[in-house]
Amino acid sequence: MSNDSDPLHNPLLSIREVHASAGGKAILKGLSLEVGPGEVHAIMGPNGSGKSTLARVLTGNENAEVTSGEVLYKGQDLFGLAPEERAREGLFLAFQYPVEIPGIANSTLLREGLNAMREHRGEPELDAIDFLEIAKAKADVLEMEPTMLSRAVNHGFSGGEKKRNEVLQMLVLEPTLAILDETDSGLDIDALQVVAKGVNALRDKGRSFIVITHYQRLLDYIVPDFVHVLANGRIVRSGDKDLALELEAKGYAWLEEGASA
Amino acid sequence: MNTPNPMTPAERPAPIDKIALNPEIDDLNQQDYKWGFVTDIEQDSLPPGLNEDTVRFISAKKKEPEWLLEWRLKAFRHWLTMTEPTWALVDYPAIDYQAVSYFAAPKSDADKPQSLDEVDPELLATYEKLGIPLAERAALAGVAVDAVFDSVSVATTFKSKLGELGIVFCSFSEAVQEHPELVRKYLGSVVPQKDNFFAALNSAVFSDGSFVYIPKGVRCPMELSTYFRINAANTGQFERTLIVAEEGSHVSYLEGCTAPMRDENQLHAAVVELVALDDATIKYSTVQNWYPGDKNGVGGIYNFVTKRGACRGARSKISWTQVETGSAITWKYPSCVLQGDDSVGEFYSVALTNNWQQADTGTKMIHIGKNTRSTIISKGISAGHGQQTYRGSVRMLKGADGARNYSQCDSLLMGDQCGAHTFPYIDVKNPTAHLEHEASTSRIGEDQIFYLNQRGLSTEDAVNLIVNGFCKEVFRELPMEFAVEAQKLLSVSLEGAVG
Repeated sequence: MSNDSDPLHNPLLSIREVHASAGGKAILKGLSLEVGPGEVHAIMGPNGSGKSTLARVLTGNENAEVTSGEVLYKGQDLFGLAPEERAREGLFLAFQYPVEIPGIANSTLLREGLNAMREHRGEPELDAIDFLEIAKAKADVLEMEPTMLSRAVNHGFSGGEKKRNEVLQMLVLEPTLAILDETDSGLDIDALQVVAKGVNALRDKGRSFIVITHYQRLLDYIVPDFVHVLANGRIVRSGDKDLALELEAKGYAWLEEGASA
Repeated sequence: MNTPNPMTPAERPAPIDKIALNPEIDDLNQQDYKWGFVTDIEQDSLPPGLNEDTVRFISAKKKEPEWLLEWRLKAFRHWLTMTEPTWALVDYPAIDYQAVSYFAAPKSDADKPQSLDEVDPELLATYEKLGIPLAERAALAGVAVDAVFDSVSVATTFKSKLGELGIVFCSFSEAVQEHPELVRKYLGSVVPQKDNFFAALNSAVFSDGSFVYIPKGVRCPMELSTYFRINAANTGQFERTLIVAEEGSHVSYLEGCTAPMRDENQLHAAVVELVALDDATIKYSTVQNWYPGDKNGVGGIYNFVTKRGACRGARSKISWTQVETGSAITWKYPSCVLQGDDSVGEFYSVALTNNWQQADTGTKMIHIGKNTRSTIISKGISAGHGQQTYRGSVRMLKGADGARNYSQCDSLLMGDQCGAHTFPYIDVKNPTAHLEHEASTSRIGEDQIFYLNQRGLSTEDAVNLIVNGFCKEVFRELPMEFAVEAQKLLSVSLEGAVG
């Protein structure tokens, strides 16, 4: 906390003692986490530990209700911002279950989103031609057919296509903080490598990631700086990438016992 | 919600076969005046009430020929024997037809607002949002200023250009004076006076409207718009439109205006008749934005319209495109009677009901000729407490060998207080006919809105994006400029519907 006044050590995201509930049930029970610029944090943990609730709290989804605590993002009170304002400030979520929106072309959504952010930053709008060039180049990184751009958002996409589409959106929108909520689930190993390639292409010292996953496998490709274990609504252990390997070998049970005590 | 009665025989375009064989032009025998004429025609408006004298007064005011008066009277006498239809899924207090005034001269300039400062600021704010040019705002709001003269001179220029091609585009009253033979030949030939309750009422008391005649082989070089007649006499309440496209001609007609039109007359009952002869095409586009009433459902226009086109010639085509966002009550079924072999009928519709609006709308496609084809694309959007019904009838008569129809009816719901209902009636009497019907109902989900919020879009932009996506098959049928306006109109009409 004392680092607040020191710009060199100012974290990009500072989650402080957050309690949150969903459907009237307490899920997060005093979660704290700091994410610095350029860092990749993996969050692992058993089902029901609060991983997706954390993603909802950070993005402002009404299905998660914050009961106490605070979150500073770029030094400002995150909870004071509407979901679209958070997005325009560079907070991005790759959804665990991407939503289908019939009638809106993928490229339309991407362009509207990108222009909303550019407008927020005081930059001029991109016209359709310039935008399409960018979008096609990004689709190429993910080995996606350019025709994906003209299809309706996630409509009739396979599970794998939806996940890849989330990463495409991330590449186009170039967020400051990206949260990947189980982006690896439902992907075969080839798709996983493609998705990891997309994420790694974005990594730089100003951009941070929170990677929520069940499986150590993803972390072979997206190598994290920190690994945290979330159990019973709190972070019960933090370490480096070797912690993920340890979890793979030992499971979560030995940590959960400590958490509920 | 009770299931309403299906269309009663009286409401169906009953005399179809009669139309086909024998266009209904009523007995035009000159008759002596049997009824005394008592109303002083010097007065400018009529007190409320409806009887034969009312009809005579209107006809006399317009200096109509005897045959037209008789035509009106015949309609009126039949109307007296009819009862108001109740099968539509709309609910409104009983209309007292004797409490309506059936003729009012246009307001004098002294009675009009003298400047925009005197106009309801809310109305002006809406004009602003729709991007309506300043000069037109004054005209639309009924301000007594010279601003409207611009559009008059524009209209005059266009008129002379059209005249060189032999195209007639004028008010209905003018047509009666200057082209009586055409009016007499086609008036009521598509929508007979006895067609239905509201059409009969209109036939008796219609005030004015538009008349279009496109000569053989002429392709009308511009979109014909009633906008050019924006300052023409008060035609709103019982409007009558007749469009005739001769062999091989082509015309695109735009009706209405995206700007919200205020009107003191609550009851509107218009009739539109289209006639397309061999190889002719008529494209009729409507944007209807009459006053829908306030947020609590108080006030608003009752819009009971009969629109029908006859594809009388071989290979003729009639295409209806409508964007309906206004009126408290809408009762409207633009239809096509496909008499000519290989003729084509189309209906593209976006209807939106918000707050307490109710709409029962759809189309009828009557296949009579061989290899006739029809397409129906209906998009209904309900928000607030809006109630909306799609009611469509596709009929394939005995001789309609190889006829085809494709119907698609989609409903989009916002919130949990609104309703969408679909009543497709299908009647196929020819075994070679082919018919497809698809329908869907969807809801704008909170998850969809949140997803778009997360990509940086405001809730309002998110809703607009979804709605425009939902409507795009219809919007792309609209003339370019109209399509842009229609999109804006939907977003303004949906303000505050979500979130």
